Amino acid sequence: MSDELCRLSLTDLSRRLQAGEVSPMEVTEAFLSRIERLDGSLRAYLTVDARGAREQARAAQARLARGEGGPLTGIPLALKDILATRGLRTTCASQMLAAFVPPYDATVVARLREAGAVFLGKVNLDEFAMGSSTETSAFGPTHNPWQRDCTPGGSSGGSAAAVAADLCTASLGSDTGGSIRQPASHCGVVGLKPTYGRVSRFGLIAYASSLDQIGPLTKEVRDAALLLSAIAGHDPKDSTSLRAPVPDYPAALGREIAGLTVGVPREYLGEGVDPEVQEAVRRALATLEGLGARLAEVSLPHTEYAVAAYYLIATAEASSNLARYDGVKYGLRVAGKNLLETYLRTRTQGFGPEVRRRIMLGTYALSAGYYEAYYRKASQVRALIRRDFDAAFATCDVLAGPVAPTPAFRLGEKLADPLTMYLSDIFTIPVNLAGLPAISVPCGFSRAGLPIGLQILGPPLGDEVVLQTAYAFEQATDFHRHKPPL
Amino acid sequence: MAISPEEVLHVASLARLTLAPEEVGLFTRQLGEILAYVNKLAEVDTAGVTPMTHVLPEPEAFREDRVSDSLPREEALTNAPAREEGAFVVPRVI
Repeated sequence: MSDELCRLSLTDLSRRLQAGEVSPMEVTEAFLSRIERLDGSLRAYLTVDARGAREQARAAQARLARGEGGPLTGIPLALKDILATRGLRTTCASQMLAAFVPPYDATVVARLREAGAVFLGKVNLDEFAMGSSTETSAFGPTHNPWQRDCTPGGSSGGSAAAVAADLCTASLGSDTGGSIRQPASHCGVVGLKPTYGRVSRFGLIAYASSLDQIGPLTKEVRDAALLLSAIAGHDPKDSTSLRAPVPDYPAALGREIAGLTVGVPREYLGEGVDPEVQEAVRRALATLEGLGARLAEVSLPHTEYAVAAYYLIATAEASSNLARYDGVKYGLRVAGKNLLETYLRTRTQGFGPEVRRRIMLGTYALSAGYYEAYYRKASQVRALIRRDFDAAFATCDVLAGPVAPTPAFRLGEKLADPLTMYLSDIFTIPVNLAGLPAISVPCGFSRAGLPIGLQILGPPLGDEVVLQTAYAFEQATDFHRHKPPL
Repeated sequence: MAISPEEVLHVASLARLTLAPEEVGLFTRQLGEILAYVNKLAEVDTAGVTPMTHVLPEPEAFREDRVSDSLPREEALTNAPAREEGAFVVPRVI
């Protein structure tokens, strides 16, 4: 019975909570016991906040009893440990912030708190969200629930694994170069990266500010629409958050996709894409066609330069953003005999190798003599990548293709070779550079039993049509109903 | 364009990082490989292309200058590695 509650989609659980068929306390206890039983071998959670979760569940219960609850009241969530939670340790999976307890909530956290959500705890990620496998976490990797010797993807690997293993009803992650979509694809769940600026970044610990965006990882598309409705909208604390009105995302889901044009970028199904991924994606495209959508081949000619542009732009921004970790106001301090030595010791001991590598690459790209050739050039290529998308969306409603070139890879397989790891983000990175919304929705399994995701991309502020298309696909298939063997 | 161990050490010092002797070789090789890869950007004709530093058409950079609630001093200091009399303490600079 209690495990059955953990398997429910957010949508179904919400219905049962509101009908009074189950109570938030009952649901929360079911999750806490399941986490205790199963997370030892998955390690999705960095912090389980049983006391806080019980308190929030009690408050949600009282609220529902008064008839004042909403769709998220009493819903147990896991938060990527890059989102500031007032009074609850927020580590960014780094020794630098191992003991950091934020005195404030991220805006998304405050909004969910207000909606009556229950926070089960904080989940694992690559250190400072820098990675594609959750292996750069200073606290050890998370395991893929489908196959324990595989990574869950990253950087929101803890979020994706927790949703896939039913250790939370849904989760929030962040996506700078694919960090929501790629782990969602590798764990067989839904992951939505909203349009840049759609969701406030206040309280999201910064990696690359012009690319970072918060979004939901869920069991079903409707769950993602519900969560996006709760967290989207302008925030005076984030000057990059958009003022555009927030549409009713769940309302977009019923719309038919017959007559929509789905562009298929030819660069996304070529060489370097695993044949099983190609096959699953081609079948998914045929399903969309069967639903009445028109398929059209398009070209995004600058795709092959996206990874190179990204690793200059993201690391340049990171080198500046992470300059704040100096051991003075918060976080780790390793004292030296003077201030400079304190900086050096603190940063050298506080940051893991991948973070130091990216800070150094970014510092180099911005340094005298290299700025023009690297950072400026990358920003120009970024403009061309955006132009490619603008041209495609002039004739297409959405674009579709793979999320990642392969299913989940094995733990340790790419860790020693940063460049190979970077190249696994080839189809997700262009979306961040252009600021577009995109979703990963389950579309098949490899013969080895690993999930494969379909990526659906929309134009800026086209979050609705992305959700609508993903929902139509999901309703026509049953990949999202498969559960990992636990 | 490869990167030399001296350049790697220089960049590390700019970024306020120190490298252990065995790390210098590893970082030199890895950064060299990454830079060799990103050099493929040179193939792209970007003449006349305005660099795109942000995806927003017009970032909302301005707002009214109004007084609002801010973090109380005590709370702002709760994570300080060292504090004294309501201030952050750092090693002597001068």
